[in-house]
Amino acid sequence: MSLVNYIYLSAILFTIGGATVLLRRNAIIVFMGVELMLNAANLAFVTFARMHGSLEGQVIALFVMVVAAAEVVVGLAIIIMIFRSRRSASIDNVNLLKA
Amino acid sequence: MILVNSVLTGAVLTGLPTATPSTFETPDVNWAALSPMLIVMGAGLIGMLFEAFLPRGRRHSAQVILAAAGIVVAFVALVVLAVDNRTVTMGGSVVIDGMSLFLIGALLLFGLLGVLTFAEKFGDDRPDAFTPMGASVPGSSYEAAVARAGLATSEVFPLALISLSGMMMFVSAGDLITMFVALEVLSLPLYVLVGLARRRRLLSQEASLKYFLLGAFASAFFLFGAALLYGYAGTTDLAGIAAAIGSPPPGMEPLLIPAILLVLVGLLFKVGAVPFHSWTPDAYQGAPTPVTGFMAAATKAAAFGAMLRFLYVGVESARWDYRYGVAAIAVLTMVVGAVVSVSQTDVKRLLAYSSVAHAGFILVGVLAFSTLGLRGVLFYALAYGLTTIAAFAVVSTVRQNDSEATNLSQWAGLGQRHPVVAGTFAFLLLAFTGIPLTSGFTAKFAAFAPAVESGTLGTVLVVIGVLASAVTAFVYVRIIVLMYFSDTPTDGVTVAEASPLTTAAIAVGTAATLILGVIPGPVLELAERASELLR
Repeated sequence: MSLVNYIYLSAILFTIGGATVLLRRNAIIVFMGVELMLNAANLAFVTFARMHGSLEGQVIALFVMVVAAAEVVVGLAIIIMIFRSRRSASIDNVNLLKA
Repeated sequence: MILVNSVLTGAVLTGLPTATPSTFETPDVNWAALSPMLIVMGAGLIGMLFEAFLPRGRRHSAQVILAAAGIVVAFVALVVLAVDNRTVTMGGSVVIDGMSLFLIGALLLFGLLGVLTFAEKFGDDRPDAFTPMGASVPGSSYEAAVARAGLATSEVFPLALISLSGMMMFVSAGDLITMFVALEVLSLPLYVLVGLARRRRLLSQEASLKYFLLGAFASAFFLFGAALLYGYAGTTDLAGIAAAIGSPPPGMEPLLIPAILLVLVGLLFKVGAVPFHSWTPDAYQGAPTPVTGFMAAATKAAAFGAMLRFLYVGVESARWDYRYGVAAIAVLTMVVGAVVSVSQTDVKRLLAYSSVAHAGFILVGVLAFSTLGLRGVLFYALAYGLTTIAAFAVVSTVRQNDSEATNLSQWAGLGQRHPVVAGTFAFLLLAFTGIPLTSGFTAKFAAFAPAVESGTLGTVLVVIGVLASAVTAFVYVRIIVLMYFSDTPTDGVTVAEASPLTTAAIAVGTAATLILGVIPGPVLELAERASELLR
């Protein structure tokens, strides 16, 4: 199978993740969309590494995983903080700040 | 795309045998060049140990001293060690050149002033701006109990230091992946800091959530753009990408423009450019005021540093393909920032929209694509940051019922009761407008003049920029009129007795605003000498 199909797959995953962020209302699900986008980028990195025959892309994928894990730690903490204050994790309910 | 398809499959067949390099070469590390970054990060890590091992009563003063000392020592290291070690180090990942030295110095200055404002207690026994316990539910009995027990979130200082080290890495990143890691290191502590306000905690938490979700979204765009650029060039090194644009790899050409645009989305989000600005007013308004000042000044400088390096070193030779897109964003940013600030009623929110407009003005300088443009951007980032930190520090001192009086109506008649504070704020607002004899004028001139020289597009941008400045002038002058010529001073609005820390931050910011406006020569010359980029 041609490697370029993996690039198409990663673009599709990225788009699904972006649509999830824009369309879903639960903060946890929105955050899952962001993680999907990061992992789509990882798939692209690994595939391009294979195409170029260099290891750099694979190392980068490991870096991205670590960064994504750190982001999860901070993100879940913030979402739980909001949930405990408001008994809801819906991003439609956080509307106190307005012009 | 069919072309990409066929050629990429070809690349697979030929590319595989080199997949494993035969020898591993240790990258050369120039520790002297890296020392400012390492000192700040080390101070942040020691601060975390303080948090774990020091008795509660001594943590606050220890953290303040450690943070301030760390930043000062880093500045000394910058001046003594790093200046003489302009080099590309860590295998191309970190570039210490004139631009990164200048911006690291500016960031350290912002960090020091930020730490001073963070530490303000206003006569209380704990930092005034930060909640005693971020994990407690607002209004709960637990919150009251931790307040009685005398807890304080002194971990804001290590968080600020780690964020600062990320910013320093961001402006000196030589490849896209270092840039991504630095972006996250600078952002993650800021997301937490934004949510730690002591009063109006629901607003603060909401600001934190919005900033986090949108920030993570934008960094995902940055990363996917970096992945596509890696596919295009076979390396994430900015110099390597520039070389690849010079001799395009066959079949990969269609990847270039989408990749550049995706990376730019991530960077433009961080500077708060329209249409990626929607987090700015909310995060600025909800965050504790000292944090707002720090992040407004430092994040903007760091993000413009990274953008300059990406555009000037990485993809400069493809600029004819994307400059109209970035120019459109600059126009939108200036116009929306200026026009929307007219209708604001909250001081912090108004300053947020003002910062959006200023991001547009700086973008005009970036689009000049010249050494003078680089100088203008560096000078603008420094001047704007110093004015901003002082302005937000002033906002944090104006009080009603022990809470910040951020509504504009509460500022009516302030000039009659508190002439010094109102006068300082009026002066800072004039600097935001760009009145001569303030740093705002010099900065706008330094950023706009090279844009005019760069051609028709630059001239058009400058005309729009000047018109947008006129609109913002209306906004700022309205506040000044409100403070001085309003007959009905609001009852109960006072100016809190600021400690020497905040006073020092305001004094330094205001003095710098004046000095950079009256005798800008030395700093402009410094920025000029710093306008070189190593590749």
